[in-house]
Amino acid sequence: MAVIRDVMPAFDLLQPESAAEAQKLLEQNGEDAWVMAGGLDSFDWLKDRIKKPKVLVDLSGVEELKGIHATSDGLEIGAMTTLTEIANHPAIQKDYGVLSQAVELVASPQIRNQGTVGGNVSQDARCWYYRGGWPCYRAGGNICYADTPVGRNREHAIFGADRCVAVHPSDSAPALIALDAKFVIRTPKGERVVDAEDYFVGPELDITRLNILRPGDLLTAIRIPATWAGAKFYFEKVRDRNVWDFPLMNVASAMRLSGGTISDIRIAVNAAAPKPMRLKAVEDLVRGKPANAETGKMAGELAVKGAVPLQFNAYKIPLMRNLVKRAIGGVEAGPSGQPPQQAKGGLAPPLRDPGSQEAA
Amino acid sequence: MRFIQWATSPWGQSVPTHIAWGLIWVAVIAGLFFMIVHSLYLIVVKPPKRFAERAAETNAAGIPERVPRHTLAARLFHWIMAATMFTLLFTAFLPRVGIQFNWVLYHWIAGCVLTISILYHVVHASFFLDFWSIWPDKTDLRDAMNRVWRFFGKPAPPPRKFAKYPLENKLYHGAIMVTGLAVIVTGLFMMKRVQTGIFTRNPYLFSDMTWGLMYVLHGLAGVGLIALVMVHVYMGIRPEKLPITKSMIFGWMSRDFYLEEHDTGRWAVNAPDAKTKEGYAASDGD
Repeated sequence: MAVIRDVMPAFDLLQPESAAEAQKLLEQNGEDAWVMAGGLDSFDWLKDRIKKPKVLVDLSGVEELKGIHATSDGLEIGAMTTLTEIANHPAIQKDYGVLSQAVELVASPQIRNQGTVGGNVSQDARCWYYRGGWPCYRAGGNICYADTPVGRNREHAIFGADRCVAVHPSDSAPALIALDAKFVIRTPKGERVVDAEDYFVGPELDITRLNILRPGDLLTAIRIPATWAGAKFYFEKVRDRNVWDFPLMNVASAMRLSGGTISDIRIAVNAAAPKPMRLKAVEDLVRGKPANAETGKMAGELAVKGAVPLQFNAYKIPLMRNLVKRAIGGVEAGPSGQPPQQAKGGLAPPLRDPGSQEAA
Repeated sequence: MRFIQWATSPWGQSVPTHIAWGLIWVAVIAGLFFMIVHSLYLIVVKPPKRFAERAAETNAAGIPERVPRHTLAARLFHWIMAATMFTLLFTAFLPRVGIQFNWVLYHWIAGCVLTISILYHVVHASFFLDFWSIWPDKTDLRDAMNRVWRFFGKPAPPPRKFAKYPLENKLYHGAIMVTGLAVIVTGLFMMKRVQTGIFTRNPYLFSDMTWGLMYVLHGLAGVGLIALVMVHVYMGIRPEKLPITKSMIFGWMSRDFYLEEHDTGRWAVNAPDAKTKEGYAASDGD
């Protein structure tokens, strides 16, 4: 059981000043190195004395990893750019609003001031058994404490569980998938660019990691192509309290409409599975159909096909169904006639659907 | 080097969780070491075959040209077991050396196929074949002692030719049986820890300590199988053993090889059938 002692285990602190230097240090130290961006995930692990790296590579001094730059095909966001900067950036607000909405709903203002987009997409699972230092599968053991008849798994996965049932906790990840973002990784073999959805891995492939970064790899930037600039976006996050909380589930979509018909769409949800899920089947289903409640309902039904609830998280099935439904069909007006304030951090009221009594 | 990985359970108990994965390389090195030493022994020492002659073998007119050794059912079992064994080893250990894929699914499916095939083999060998042909007998042990004495230059009578299976085969079968049963029994219980659709998942079936020991035994038997399979493949492709390997493919071995290596008294082959020109073995098994 983890005990917070406020004294981190000793490690060598390395503070590179360039991405090349940082990657070299990571490569040299391999499995012994811990890469730290904003420190919000790292300090939990270190102060709980659960992770005890020999070397900590602090990226805070690497200026080239910070900032948002226009490119010939959209934007490039440095991995060390803070979530606040992304949320407030005019170009992102104007053309890629789904991302600014998503990062604005991360945790609290203080955390967004310190937290980075690279850290947000690369953070570790929040399962308390795992974070508590118990020897679960993800920690290298041979059991999932959450996936037991009495395990507390209300926040855990309904899709993609493979021994481990923890979910990916990022809010920015589904927005980046909806925007068809590319992740730029500096590896010992050179630069590698991967699609956003390919950055994440499930436990069936690697139960000890949530992303494809290997020892020696460094996420340097996230590129957002102009493809979806100015599209119709939707982001909604459902959580237990309105600030400083991880998602019970979130959904992000980018949609192109042609006369009320969906000509193209990308949609992703997170906190439903051990990695963010791009809903390709839903995209294929709704393409060419009108963006209305009926299409949304169909999409929602399809989205939850194959879901396997655990003991305490069956509510996530109607939750996901309704989030997808709202992302595509739009949010019905609340009792006051006003749409919900999901983009401001509040929880959207449940869709008034007689068949969805379990909805969030 | 620690051979077992330990962890602290939620109740503060120190429990084993796995073998140390470095043992994979220990097994690989052990397998390679055996191959090299055995090859060098055959190249440098060049041990002659020194079997005791038996009068009966000079009268081999009744031996068919193709001596049947393995039935089709026995061969099918062998190759199904080989395929599942390779699948199990690759799915178990490739992810440990950095090759990532959805291994658990393939692993437990292959494990189920192996279990069913082993059950079939146990029944087949017990009731339809000569069960004792694969177990060492007194003659094997006496001949083994004689071979050891002669290796060290001590006076001892030459060993008899083999029965259907040389002693090495029998010992190998015993080792495979022990390790195979260990991985199968522990593997079946471990299926209670993952979602398979076959068993209802129940990770609390045993205590953490019992589960840990089960994982360790599964792992130890698994890495043991790496070395055993390496040795088996090596033996299977050695030139002097190829007739035996071919018999596992085609079901028969040549009359010459039979007479050269096997004792017609200990492994009797009847006269060939007039129509098929093939005889049949007094025993058949694997």
